[in-house]
Amino acid sequence: MSAVTETLDTVQSVTQSGYKWGFETTIEMDMAPKGLNEDIIRLISARKGEPSWLLDWRLKALAGWRQMEEPHWARVEHHAIDYQDLHYYAAPKKKAGPKSLDEVDPELLRTYEKLGIPLKERAILAGVEGAGERGADGEGRRSNIAMDAVFDSVSVATTFRSTLMKAGVIFCPISDAVREYPDLVRQYLGTVVPMADNFFAALNSAVFTDGSFCYVPKGVRCPMELSTYFRINARNTGQFERTLIIADAGSYVSYLEGCTAPQRDENQLHAAVVELIALDDAQIKYSTVQNWYPGDAEGRGGVYNFVTKRGACRGARSKISWTQVETGSAITWKYPSCVLLGDDSVGEFYSVAVTTNCQQADTGTKMIHIGRNTKSTIVSKGISAGRSNNTYRGLVRILPKAAGARNHTQCDSLLIGDACGAHTVPYIESRNPTAKVEHEATTSKIADDQLFYCRSRGLSEEDAVNLIVNGFCKEVLKELPMEFAVEAQKLLAVSLEGSVG
Amino acid sequence: MLEIRGLAASIDDKPILQGIDLTVPQGEVHAIMGPNGSGKSTLAYVLSGREEYTVTAGGVTFDGQDLLAMAPEARAAAGVFLAFQYPVELPGVGNANFLRTALNAQRRARGEAELDAIQFLKLARGELRRLAIADDMLKRNVNVGFSGGEKKRNEILQMAILRPRLAILDETDSGLDIDALKIVAEGVNALRGPDFSALVITHYQRLLDHIVPDRVHVLAGGRIVRSGGPELARELEATGYADLVAEAA
Repeated sequence: MSAVTETLDTVQSVTQSGYKWGFETTIEMDMAPKGLNEDIIRLISARKGEPSWLLDWRLKALAGWRQMEEPHWARVEHHAIDYQDLHYYAAPKKKAGPKSLDEVDPELLRTYEKLGIPLKERAILAGVEGAGERGADGEGRRSNIAMDAVFDSVSVATTFRSTLMKAGVIFCPISDAVREYPDLVRQYLGTVVPMADNFFAALNSAVFTDGSFCYVPKGVRCPMELSTYFRINARNTGQFERTLIIADAGSYVSYLEGCTAPQRDENQLHAAVVELIALDDAQIKYSTVQNWYPGDAEGRGGVYNFVTKRGACRGARSKISWTQVETGSAITWKYPSCVLLGDDSVGEFYSVAVTTNCQQADTGTKMIHIGRNTKSTIVSKGISAGRSNNTYRGLVRILPKAAGARNHTQCDSLLIGDACGAHTVPYIESRNPTAKVEHEATTSKIADDQLFYCRSRGLSEEDAVNLIVNGFCKEVLKELPMEFAVEAQKLLAVSLEGSVG
Repeated sequence: MLEIRGLAASIDDKPILQGIDLTVPQGEVHAIMGPNGSGKSTLAYVLSGREEYTVTAGGVTFDGQDLLAMAPEARAAAGVFLAFQYPVELPGVGNANFLRTALNAQRRARGEAELDAIQFLKLARGELRRLAIADDMLKRNVNVGFSGGEKKRNEILQMAILRPRLAILDETDSGLDIDALKIVAEGVNALRGPDFSALVITHYQRLLDHIVPDRVHVLAGGRIVRSGGPELARELEATGYADLVAEAA
C-alpha cells in the first residue's frame, strides 16, 4: 500500500466525525510578534541567515505590497483580513540533533503518527542523527517518494536527499537552497511570478518562510516522485510557502504536493507561490491534492487559500503539466498557469474542484501562448454541493508570434442538490490568425435516475454518488501519479459525504 | 417467493396501481401484459423501490420479508433485480468497475466474501461467453454510446453476473431485433431453475415465444383483469387488449 493511502487510512481511523483531518499539535513555538513591517521582515531574514540580496528583495516586495490592494474580481466573498493581526514567523523550537526518537518532542511524533508516516521516516523527519541513510534504502516501502515535510514554516527534515544528490538532483528546503545554491536561487527566484505580480504574490515575496527548492540538471530523469506535505499548525499563523522548481534541458521531474490542516475556528490565510521553469525538452509534472480545513457546515472558519502558481516553458519542446484535486479550503483562489515561451512547448491543466457546504472556489488556469506551435490542454471538472459556489475562470491568450498555436478547453460542472452554484468564465484572446482554440463546456446534475439505477444494483446512495463523481473526474484523476489517485478518490468520497438526500 | 396483496400506488397524487394481487411462487416465470398506461412499469418501479412512487395501500413480501420497507439497495442484496426499460448512462464509470462494485456491495450485505478483480473478471468473462456478448462490453462506460440493443444486452449481462432470485424485466424486448431478443431470452432461460423467479413485463407476445411463462397476467387500469397459462398470451395477440380494457373500465 502506498504511503498516501496509509496516511489516509490512519488519519481516518483517528478522527471519526466531521473534518477527518482536523487535529492540532501543541508544540512550543518560536513565534514572531503579530504584524507586518520592515522589522518583521528583517527578523525573518535574520532567523533564516539570509544573504543581504534576499533581504533587500523582501523589503522591496513589502514596499510594493503596501501600494497594492487586495483583488476583488474573483467570485468569492469573505470578511476583511487584518494583515497586521497575523504572525508571520513561527518555527518549532529546535533541539540540536536528537540522538534517537526518545529525545524527539512526543507531540511532534504523535502528529507524524496521525499522518501515518512510517516509524523509520518519523526518525528522519524529526532529524534524528544518522536516520536518513537508513531510511533511504532500509525497508524500501516508500523508496520511490522523497518527502520534504514542512512542519509549519520550517522544514523539519529532508529525506532521500543523498539519493537524489547522487543523481545530481537538488531537492531541499528553499531556505537551505538560498544558502547553499545562492546563484541558482538568485537566477530564477521571482522570474516566473514577479514580486509585484499580484497582491498575494507580493505578500508572499516579502514574508515567505519556507517551501521547497528543486533543480534537476541537464538530461536527468529524477529517480523518484518528489512530495511535500504542508501543514498549518500554529494559531493565527499565515502560511507563505515558496516553491521553486527548475528542470534543466532534457530533464524530467514529477512533484507531488498534498495538504492537510488542523481544524480551528478562525480563518487562516494561505498565500503560497509556486514557480516552475522548464528549459529545452524538459518536463515538469506538478500534482496537488489540496485538503485544507474547509470550515464548518455553516461556513465558519476554514482556510483562505490564495495561491499563485505559474510555470514557464522557456525551452523549445518543454512541457509543464498541472494536475490538481481541490477539495478543501473555505475559499480557493488559484490559477496554476503556463507561459509557453519556447517553440513547440506544451502546457496542461487538469483540475477537479469540489465545493460543499459554504465553500467558495474560484479556480482555473492561464495559458499564455508566445512561441510558435505551442499547445495547451485544459480539463476542468467542478463539483458543487450544499450551498457552495464553484467558478472556473480561465484565460487562453495567443500572442501575435504564436503561429500554429492550439488550445483545447473542456469545462464540465456537476451539481449535487439545488442550492449550489457552478459558473464558467472563460476568456479567450487570439492575436494570431493561424491559432486554433476550442472550448467545450457542460453542466449536469446527478440525476435521480442515475442514483436509482446504481441503488437498484445494490450500491448505497453514497457509493453511487462516489461512483458517479469519480466517473465524472476520471479524465483528471488518471493524470495523477498512482498513489495520489487513490488518495484523491478517497478525498472526493469523504468530501461529498452526506451531500445527497 | 413474491406476494403482492392489494397494492395501490400513485405518483404526484395520481393513482396508477389500484389494488394488485399477485403471487409468484419460487421457480416460476410470470408474464405481465397489458396496454400502454396500464401500470406495468409502475409495478416494476414500486417493486424495486423507486422513491417517486407512493404506496397508498397494500403490501409486498419477498421470502416473507416486507419488501416495501427495504431500501432499493437492500432489495437488490435480497435478490431483486430490475432490468430497466430505459437503462441509464453513467459517464466515466467503467462497466466492469460498476458491476464489481455492485456485486461486492450485495455480497457484503449478505455477509459473503467479496470478489477480487481477478475472480470477478473470470466470472464476468464466463457470462459474456455464454451470452455471446463481446468482451469490450466490460471496458466501455456504463451504457454510454450504447445502441438500444446493446443497452438491453448489458442489462441481461448484469443480471447474469448478479444472479438475482427475482428478476423483473420491464419491457426488455422493446426496440430489439430478433437476434437481440434471443440473447435476452436465453439470458433469462439460462437462469431458470428452482431458485429463480421472474416477472416478465411486455407489451407483445413475441418475447413469450422465447421465454415461455408459467402464468400470464393482464394488467389494465391498474388492476390485474385476467390471469391464465401461456395460451392467454397467444389469445391476446389475436384479439388485442380492447375487450379487456373495456371490461376493466
